[in-house]
Amino acid sequence: MKGAALELVAVTKRYGDTVAVDTIDLKVPAGDYCCLIGPSGCGKTSTLRMIAGHESVSAGDIILGNANVTLLPPARRGTAMMFQSYALFPHLSVLDNVAFSMKMAGAPKAERHAKAAQLLGLVDMGKYAQRLPAQLSGGQQQRVALARALITEPQILLLDEPLSALDPFLRVKMRAELKRLQKELGISFIHVTHGQDEAMALADLIVVMNNGRIEQRGTPPQIFTKPATEFVARFIGGHNVLPGEGCKIAVRTDRTQVGRLNGQGLAAGALEARIRDVEYQGTYVQLGLASDAASELIATVPEEAFFADPLNPGDRVSVSWRPADAHRLADPITV
Amino acid sequence: MAATQDSPLEQGPLAWLQALPLALIFGVFFVVPLVLTVIVSVWNYDEYQIIPDITSRNYVEAFEGCLSQLPALCTTLKTYATTLRISITVWAITLVLGFAVAYFLAFHVRSQTMQMALFLVCTIPFWTSNVIRMISWIPLLGRNGLVNQTLEGAGLIGSPIEWLLFSEFSVILAFVHLYTLFMIVPIFNSMMRIDRALIEAAYDAGASGWQTLWNIIVPLTKPGIVIGSIFVITIVMGDFITIGVMGGQQIASAGKLINTHMGALQFPPAAAHAVILLATVLVIIWGLTRILDIRKEL
Repeated sequence: MKGAALELVAVTKRYGDTVAVDTIDLKVPAGDYCCLIGPSGCGKTSTLRMIAGHESVSAGDIILGNANVTLLPPARRGTAMMFQSYALFPHLSVLDNVAFSMKMAGAPKAERHAKAAQLLGLVDMGKYAQRLPAQLSGGQQQRVALARALITEPQILLLDEPLSALDPFLRVKMRAELKRLQKELGISFIHVTHGQDEAMALADLIVVMNNGRIEQRGTPPQIFTKPATEFVARFIGGHNVLPGEGCKIAVRTDRTQVGRLNGQGLAAGALEARIRDVEYQGTYVQLGLASDAASELIATVPEEAFFADPLNPGDRVSVSWRPADAHRLADPITV
Repeated sequence: MAATQDSPLEQGPLAWLQALPLALIFGVFFVVPLVLTVIVSVWNYDEYQIIPDITSRNYVEAFEGCLSQLPALCTTLKTYATTLRISITVWAITLVLGFAVAYFLAFHVRSQTMQMALFLVCTIPFWTSNVIRMISWIPLLGRNGLVNQTLEGAGLIGSPIEWLLFSEFSVILAFVHLYTLFMIVPIFNSMMRIDRALIEAAYDAGASGWQTLWNIIVPLTKPGIVIGSIFVITIVMGDFITIGVMGGQQIASAGKLINTHMGALQFPPAAAHAVILLATVLVIIWGLTRILDIRKEL
C-alpha cells in the first residue's frame, strides 16, 4: 500500500439553505494521521463523507495524489471507509465480509479468500474467519471492519468515529492499535471524532472544526499550547478563558496558581475567587472556582502540593498566573 | 430454551395460567378441527349417512386409476397439477412485483408519511367485497369488455381475445391483484430492518446497484420472502371461489374438489381431500423452510 496526499480546495456542502461545510481548504500530507474534531453538527462527518464519495460536493475540489476525485464513485477514488457501527454484512462470514470488494470486482474465490485471510492475519483475526459478525465482540468487529476497508489497498483510510461504539477500556487499547497499524501501513488515516483525548493521542495533524469552518489546524502540542480561539481553547479542554488586555487570554488549568487568601491584599493581576468544588483525580486535584471575573475557572494542582495545605469548598483564594503563561486568543472581548 | 431457565413446570400454576388463553384458542380453533378432519377422512359413507369406521376407501377413491392410467394423469393428479401450476405462477409474479414495490417503498420513499400513504394505496383491492371485485373484472376483460374494445378500436386485433376472461389468465390476474400485498408487507418489513450503512458499505466496496441488490438486500430480505411465499402459496392452493368465478367454473382446483364433495354432503371424501391438500401444502412449506430457517431469522 502506498499513501497519497489529500487536498481539499474550497470544499463546500449545502443542504438546501443550510451550509454544513463552508469553503474549507485542507492539506493532509501522505502518511499522516489526521483527526477531524469538533462538536456534533460542526461539519466534520460531512467533510469525511465528501472525501469518501458518499456525499456530493456542492462546490470545490477534492484532490488525492495527482487526481481530482471530486466526481468519482467511492470505489474508484483510492479511499476506503470504516463506518461508525462497522456496517459488517450480517449474513456473510468474517472472511466473506473482508473479501466482499474483491468479489464485486470479480476476483476468483481462491484469490480473494487468500487475500482476505492475509488481511485478517494483519489485524490478528485469522482464527475467526468462519464466524458471523454477530458472534464477535465490538473490538473484534472493528478489526474485521478495518481489514475489510484495507483489502482495497486504499491510499487513504477514512474512519467515522471508529471508537465510539467501544467501552472506555477497549477504546484506549484499540486506538493504540490504530496508530500502530497506520505507521505500519504508511497510508494516511483521516479519523473523525468528538473526543479531544482521542485526537491528542493519535493525530499528527489535528483539525478543529466549528460551524462548518476550520477553526485551527496543527500538531497536538500546537493546538494544546497555542489555541487560536476561545472555541478551540474550550473544546480542547485544560484551559481557562479570561478577559485580558484588548483580547481574551487562555491560561492552562495546570498553570493556574491558587493561593490561600490570608487577609493580605491581592497581588497585581491576580483574581479573587471562592472554591466551589474539589475533585480528587489521582495524580492531581481539580479545583472548581467561582469568580466575578470569569464564569467558570478550573485549577489543577498536583496531588502532593494540594495535600500540603488542603483547600475546602468555600475557601477564599487568589488566582494568578505567570505573564508568560497567558496565551492571547484571537477573540476580542465582547461586553 | 437454556437449561438454566426455569421450566414452566417449576414456575407453578401461574405460568400455565398465562399460557392458557393462547392454548385454548389454538386447541379449539386449530387442533380439534384438524383432528376431526383426519378422523372423518377414514370414516365410511353411503347415500344416506356417514358411518364411523376405519377405512382407506376415501383415499383409495381419491387416487383411483392414478397408477393404472400412467403416464396419463388421473383426475386428482390433473387437478393438483393445475392448482400447483396456478400457485407457482401466482407466487412467481407476486414475488417479483411484491419485492419491487417493497423495495421502492423501503429504499426510495424517504418520508414516513408518504410510505404510509402508499401502503394504504396497496390495500385498495381489499376495500370492496370479493364478489363485487370479481364481477368488476367482467366489463373490463369480457368478450366485449374495455380491453378488447380498446385493442379492436386501435386496430391491434381483428376479433376479441377469448382468453382474457374465464381462463387461467383471469384467475392468475385476480390472485395477483389481491395477494401481492401479502408479499409486500413481510418483504417491506424485512427491508426496513436493513441497516442503511450496509448499503453504503457495499457501495464503498465498489458494488454496483444490482450487485448490492443481489449480494446484500436479497439475502437479508429472505425471511420476508419466505413468509410472503407461505402466505401466497397456502392461500392460492386452498382457494376455490376465485378459481371458480374467474375461471368460469371451468378450471378444477384442489379446493374445488373438496367443495364438490361437501356440496354432495359426502364429508368423508371431502375430509380425505382436505388432508391430501394439507399434506401437499406442508411439503411445499417444508421445502421453503429448507431454504431458510425462519425461526433463526426472526
